[in-house]
Amino acid sequence: MSNTPQTLKYTLTHEWVARESDGLMIVGITHHAQKLLGDVVFLELPAVGDKVVAGKEFGVVESVKAASDLYAPISGEVVAINEVLNDNPGLINEDAYQAGWMIKIKANDPNDWETLLDANTYLQKTET
Amino acid sequence: MPFIPHTEQDTQLMLQQIGVESIEDLFDEIPKALIAKQMKEIPEGLSEMALMRLMQTRADQTETLQCFIGAGAYSHHIPAAVWDIAQRGEFLTAYTPYQAEASQGSLQLMWEYQTMMASLMGMDISNASLYDGASSLSEAVLMAIRSCKDDEPTVWIAKSIHPFYRQVLATILEPQGIPIQEISLDDTGVLSLDALEAQWQIAPRCTVLVLGQPNFFGRLEKVDELTDWAHEKGARVIGVVNPIAMAWLKPPGHWGNKGADIACGEGQPLGVPLAGGGPYFGFLCAKLALVRQMPGRLVGKTCDKENKVGYTLTLQTREQHIRRGKATSNICTNQGLLVTAATIYMSLLGKVGLQRVAQCCYASHQQLMQQLLAENIAEQVFVGEHFHESLWRLPVNVTTVLENLTKQGIAGGFDVTPYYRDLANCLLICVTETKSAEDIQAFVEALKTALIRSPS
Repeated sequence: MSNTPQTLKYTLTHEWVARESDGLMIVGITHHAQKLLGDVVFLELPAVGDKVVAGKEFGVVESVKAASDLYAPISGEVVAINEVLNDNPGLINEDAYQAGWMIKIKANDPNDWETLLDANTYLQKTET
Repeated sequence: MPFIPHTEQDTQLMLQQIGVESIEDLFDEIPKALIAKQMKEIPEGLSEMALMRLMQTRADQTETLQCFIGAGAYSHHIPAAVWDIAQRGEFLTAYTPYQAEASQGSLQLMWEYQTMMASLMGMDISNASLYDGASSLSEAVLMAIRSCKDDEPTVWIAKSIHPFYRQVLATILEPQGIPIQEISLDDTGVLSLDALEAQWQIAPRCTVLVLGQPNFFGRLEKVDELTDWAHEKGARVIGVVNPIAMAWLKPPGHWGNKGADIACGEGQPLGVPLAGGGPYFGFLCAKLALVRQMPGRLVGKTCDKENKVGYTLTLQTREQHIRRGKATSNICTNQGLLVTAATIYMSLLGKVGLQRVAQCCYASHQQLMQQLLAENIAEQVFVGEHFHESLWRLPVNVTTVLENLTKQGIAGGFDVTPYYRDLANCLLICVTETKSAEDIQAFVEALKTALIRSPS
């Protein structure tokens, strides 16, 4: 898998988003983000049922040298969280786009998918 | 400890090496308008002989009173070895370094301190200390609230918690918009289930319950039933405790069915002199589940790449120099030197020695109580078990009595009148292991004299 898959969409705050079905989005952090963070040691995620708001923080990813907020790419309700990351947060470093997925959101408005950045724009905006 | 300043030659050599003419050149970034002028009010320096003489005159004016004041700071015997070791250069100079500068020796000592405190409090973890008891309570409350993720937290605190601590807590919580509900004491001077239930009927919201052991009046609270009540209501429990007392009484980690969530308080009784009211240190201990919410420094034990044991500051990402505005606290230091003294004190006394100190305090204080009751010169305000302090209602003005006692060479106690409206003319008297039977008898006699000599 490339470092910035074309099939996914992105945010300026380094989250990636996959569309599982119309209105159901999966969220994680990008390869770029995990590389900057270093070894992830802990992940604080919301509970299933919690509401998230686009642009507002939904959790915290903690590495050995930093603790960063995670920002919701779209507004909606959390319908699933990746419990495996509780015992194995390192998956975020190893496999950011697949095994390292964090939450699934049921979007309030499925069209919000269009507001997200495509791979090239993400790379462009975060290259500096 | 010696202080060896640079010679004029040393200074010149260094300036040459740097490449400037004078020391002032090194400060040339500072705008001229801000540079301090000659400070004319400061007199010329004294010779060593003249200075020693001046200080001796000042020192001779110090009154050494026999201390029967408690109220949050306690007079205990500190074995000479404690400060003999704590004042060694290795401990004294590098007292609160950051990770890059911290020596393994310092880190190991802090780790030992944390281990001892967690053990003493019946808890899983401890941080490397905070500034004092009052701020450790504030941090404990904020920590408890963070761990609850309650959008509208409410803090319930017993009125029998030290008035200074409650004031500091209010100062810190008020700007954050967190309301504090004070719960009154019953007429035996403790927090009752009835009082909690009554408040719950008025407003059924409690995120954190704070209780003391012993409380400010020296009274022992029914910690088990109070802890269980709070847990049943979904609240966190914080125990503000005296560390010496915890060597003998049931520590917070063993309160109720699940144990209190956080233990905090003033560490001064552990080998720290009363001095001028400080510096002291605050301790903060908790259950493991709360570790990521714990403010301050945490020292961890690990292995280096050669598998040798090593110590390091850990979980630093929660601290303010990394997490900034979202850090667990703005505090990222600890009272390293006092913690050194406390650790040595606890090591020297050991579990048994500490327990004996506690028992001796209790026994000596019991003697005072019995004698005061027998002489019938003051009224015991709260009936029930006390640790080493108790409250006595005097038939005359407390201030005058204390003044008279001072003239007799005794610091008689703490006047609670300004802090509790219903407790006018009440004196909080403390007796520790430092007072002999003769001292106690002499105190009672002195009090009798003071009472006779004071107008009602």
